[in-house]
Amino acid sequence: MDKNINITLKVWRQKGPKEKGAFETYQLKDVSQGSSFLEMLDILNETLVNEGKEPVVFDHDCREGICGMCSLYIDGHPHGPDTSVTTCQLHMRKFNDGATITIEPWRSAGFPVIRDLMVDRYAYDKIIQAGGFVSVNTGGVPDANAIPVPKKDADLAMDAAACIGCGACAAACKNGSAMLFVSAKVSQLALLPQGRIEAARRAKAMIAKMDELGFGNCTNTRACEAECPKDISISNIARLNREFIKAKLKD
Amino acid sequence: MTQINSKIPQGPLAEKWTNYKAHQKLVNPANKRRLDIIVVGTGLAGASAAASLAEMGFNVLNFCIQDSPRRAHSIAAQGGINAAKNYQNDGDSVYRLFYDTIKGGDYRAREANVYRLAEVSNSIIDQCVAQGVPFAREYGGLLDNRSFGGAQVSRTFYARGQTGQQLLLGAYSALSRQIGLNKVKMYTRHEMVDVVKIDGRARGIIAQNLITGKLERFSAHAVVLATGGYVNTFFLSTNAMASNVSASWQCYKKGAYFANPCMVQIHPTCIPVHGEFQSKLTLMSESLRNDGRIWVPKKKEDAEAIRAGKLKPTQIKEEDRDYYLERRYPAFGNLVPRDVASRAAKERCDAGFGVGAGQAVYLDFAEAINRLGKNVVEARYGNLFQMYEKIVDDNPYETPMMIYPALHYSMGGLWVDYELMTSVPGLFAIGEANFSDHGANRLGASALMQGLADGYFVLPYTIQNYLADQIQVPRFSTDLPEFGEAEKQVKERIDRLMSVRGKRSVDSIHKELGHIMWDHVGMARNAEGLKEAIEMLKKLKKEFWSNVRIPGKAGDLNVELGKALRLADFLEIGELMAHDAYDRAESCGGHFREEYQTPDGEALRRDDQYSYVSCWEYQGEDKEPVMNKEPLDYEFIVRQQRNYKN
Amino acid sequence: MWLLNSSVGKKLIMSISGVFLILFLLFHLSMNIAAVFSEEAYNLICSFLGSNWYAVAGTLVLAAGFVIHILYSILLTLQNRKARGNSRYAVNVRPKNVEWSSQNMFVLGLIVVCFLVLHFSQFWYKMMFAELIGHHTVVLGGATVSTQAGAEFIKYYFSQPLIVALYLVWYVALWFHLTHGFWSAIQTIGWSNALWLKRWQVISNIFATLVCLGFAFVTIAFFLKSL
Repeated sequence: MDKNINITLKVWRQKGPKEKGAFETYQLKDVSQGSSFLEMLDILNETLVNEGKEPVVFDHDCREGICGMCSLYIDGHPHGPDTSVTTCQLHMRKFNDGATITIEPWRSAGFPVIRDLMVDRYAYDKIIQAGGFVSVNTGGVPDANAIPVPKKDADLAMDAAACIGCGACAAACKNGSAMLFVSAKVSQLALLPQGRIEAARRAKAMIAKMDELGFGNCTNTRACEAECPKDISISNIARLNREFIKAKLKD
Repeated sequence: MTQINSKIPQGPLAEKWTNYKAHQKLVNPANKRRLDIIVVGTGLAGASAAASLAEMGFNVLNFCIQDSPRRAHSIAAQGGINAAKNYQNDGDSVYRLFYDTIKGGDYRAREANVYRLAEVSNSIIDQCVAQGVPFAREYGGLLDNRSFGGAQVSRTFYARGQTGQQLLLGAYSALSRQIGLNKVKMYTRHEMVDVVKIDGRARGIIAQNLITGKLERFSAHAVVLATGGYVNTFFLSTNAMASNVSASWQCYKKGAYFANPCMVQIHPTCIPVHGEFQSKLTLMSESLRNDGRIWVPKKKEDAEAIRAGKLKPTQIKEEDRDYYLERRYPAFGNLVPRDVASRAAKERCDAGFGVGAGQAVYLDFAEAINRLGKNVVEARYGNLFQMYEKIVDDNPYETPMMIYPALHYSMGGLWVDYELMTSVPGLFAIGEANFSDHGANRLGASALMQGLADGYFVLPYTIQNYLADQIQVPRFSTDLPEFGEAEKQVKERIDRLMSVRGKRSVDSIHKELGHIMWDHVGMARNAEGLKEAIEMLKKLKKEFWSNVRIPGKAGDLNVELGKALRLADFLEIGELMAHDAYDRAESCGGHFREEYQTPDGEALRRDDQYSYVSCWEYQGEDKEPVMNKEPLDYEFIVRQQRNYKN
Repeated sequence: MWLLNSSVGKKLIMSISGVFLILFLLFHLSMNIAAVFSEEAYNLICSFLGSNWYAVAGTLVLAAGFVIHILYSILLTLQNRKARGNSRYAVNVRPKNVEWSSQNMFVLGLIVVCFLVLHFSQFWYKMMFAELIGHHTVVLGGATVSTQAGAEFIKYYFSQPLIVALYLVWYVALWFHLTHGFWSAIQTIGWSNALWLKRWQVISNIFATLVCLGFAFVTIAFFLKSL
């Protein structure tokens, strides 16, 4: 059963990208374990506002685990110690009474801190802009059922497409690699006949952009997969490697 | 009263859109390059419109408040998207989809708009498949369908429980392609705070950069709003935390009519509220009603025992369960439209049969698991079950889910004509931000359809009819006095807020607003309560402007200031909603007035007096707005009392 | 050139050079095992390899494999540290399913290389290298032995408990390095999927264990013989 707990928070506070940050410690009393982690931070912020202090800045939006806006590196895990959830779905029942919880921003060269726990993840959008699409314009496309797609492929594509672009993979990776994110998009589109046509071009363009933006090299530690809130598999990375090497050998 | 011209094309219903397209004015490719269009929002409507317009050759400036255009709240739609493909050979057609939507909306939507929506629905599915959206498929490789509330055919296409996400990522990928090609200039973490009019036409916006806090000016030949709905007025809703009405509201204040503000949808299957600190409500997809059965105990003493924690739902015998939707609506059963299902749940709970903390009913999969096996149920709803378990800490495979209605969608919105243009020339509204297609109640899986229809297939045509004579108009400088004036007004509003230095946090006032709205302007309304609400809202607005506390400073990243600016507008639209609900002395769809119900508790429409769209026109601060009526003439179908019983 | 410029290309170089070194390990192991059963056979191989220009060329290729593998490991590690950024997490937890070795490949590799230097100084420097600079005998623990009498070297070094212990530590580091390196190489080349990923990991573990046990077996066998 959920009960009320007292906790100590160590929260990273940082004024701006260039400024030096530090941990601040806060005590919270009587937090319901039924509340979500972000609701707990709401309570903290409400307290801070009432004391006339500036609230902790963090990204969040849908609060149902799908928009990918929330981040937070909690007690050594992106999206906290629970598995297969985003921070917004993490609940306080995962923490014990008297716990000290350390909250840090994503730390990766690709994701500079904007303020406190808020980071800039636009690099991921840039990778998609480089090739994470099927080049079709609106209109003039064939009937949806014109090309049958094997259910197995459609299901695998959907597994990969579940990626929410939150950045936990790069945040978890000791190499700051974005390979899981890139591979999920490349896999989704390579598995479907509609996306297959420009699969080679896509893999090359997205890898090139990823490298250009300074993300690290994948060393297959599997930390990304373990921390991914949507359980994206690193078998996608194998597929990406395959697609990329094949494409380059063909050239 | 102003005459409302909705510009509906002449001719038979099925030919209106074809005729319109055949005769509308177009802009030739060379001229498109010379025209700029601002699109605010990157949800299904915004992203699809921005991408399509850019593909055609227009220069697009696209804005979103999140850090990435992929995060707009369309992404949270779970269940599916409707289309009249009739792939299941179960008798579906464009007409039937049109008819179901009109009927589902309780005959308060425009025939011509809805017919057009049904007509383009099929193209949406084609488009999405071509983009690589991984819709669910049968073993034969063809697309799978499921059924949704308010329909007797299976016309809903889906991608597991993440259809909205997949459709949005499809539109986002198309948008990203155009950003990469430099045809769309993307401004993330920018919030529109005002629209700029020059000579009566919308020519730009003022947006706040949410990182620097600075106000920035942008000009264009036309402005498209795709900024979603306003149910966050209620504080607790299924909308994202940042979803807000401010962009629409500023347009309203600059002369755009606000239509049917009282029409909001309360979704029947959400996870119940668990405490005062709750920040938002989580929806459980309507698709669950395909296989889940909704019930409460038949005996009050059982319900009491459950609430006291002495009984478990699985201990209630079959004959002691009241499957009230199946009982009241045999023909549609658990798949009645949302407004009907929500009211029925409230009725049971108010009568003392609620479970959980009293404000909940069961959604039970025991029978489905017996019939289909756990594997099939898991394949269909696994991610939803997992989500439920993470939030509630109960295993829905073993014990029934608890659900309760919550605010979900606004059918009302900026008034638009057939071309999706508001009453301000050059200002368009698409998706949930407009009012046009869902009448008084939206059917499940229709929001995605409407958002994409507007963005991919309607606006890219109709906006050209407006822009065709603008090709000679040069780009506007943002140094024009109109921009300066608009920016000054926003600055003054911000300064006023910052100078209050009161005692209450923005959220505490927002929560109070939510309580007033839920209690008086919620699922069941009455004249007295609405009048009371208006008074309370006026008071709360005063409290807000005299006692809000915003730490930090303006001109900097300031989350609380952002929330305060939005709350200022929620307070005002709350009042307009109450006003509109008071004026509409009938029950229809999501708007239920207790004084107007049939003997068995169904909504009683009054077509003789209220068959119109209420179009509110702003008159100025502290002045009562004027209501203009757009009559709804049903040329092609006969209005009936909605019947989901037989 | 994509092999040199792209991240996946560089990783491919790492994995192919790694696979090449793994193949060499297998060859080396089979030689060693031969020594346990027949010292003459081993010496025969040694003399064949020591005096043969093809073998010298082979050694150069092998050395190139090592150098490439090492250089790229340094290059990639530096890049990865840069990509990680300047600020580090205060709390670090290794998630479940993440092998310790996978996150410490560089350190493990460094240990392997350090021992390799020891190993070279003991064997290769006194055998093939000595031969190349024209010596045919070297002094080993006071005795003069032929540079081609490999078995004598083995017997000499593996009779010393400290050296045996050091070699065993080396094999452990190698084991960790291989358990990750093997499947990781396959994954990088792209010959994997959800099913084969699990299989490759099991194969990696079995392979690394067999190889390291094999080397340990030879080492211990000679130590026991010397008693």
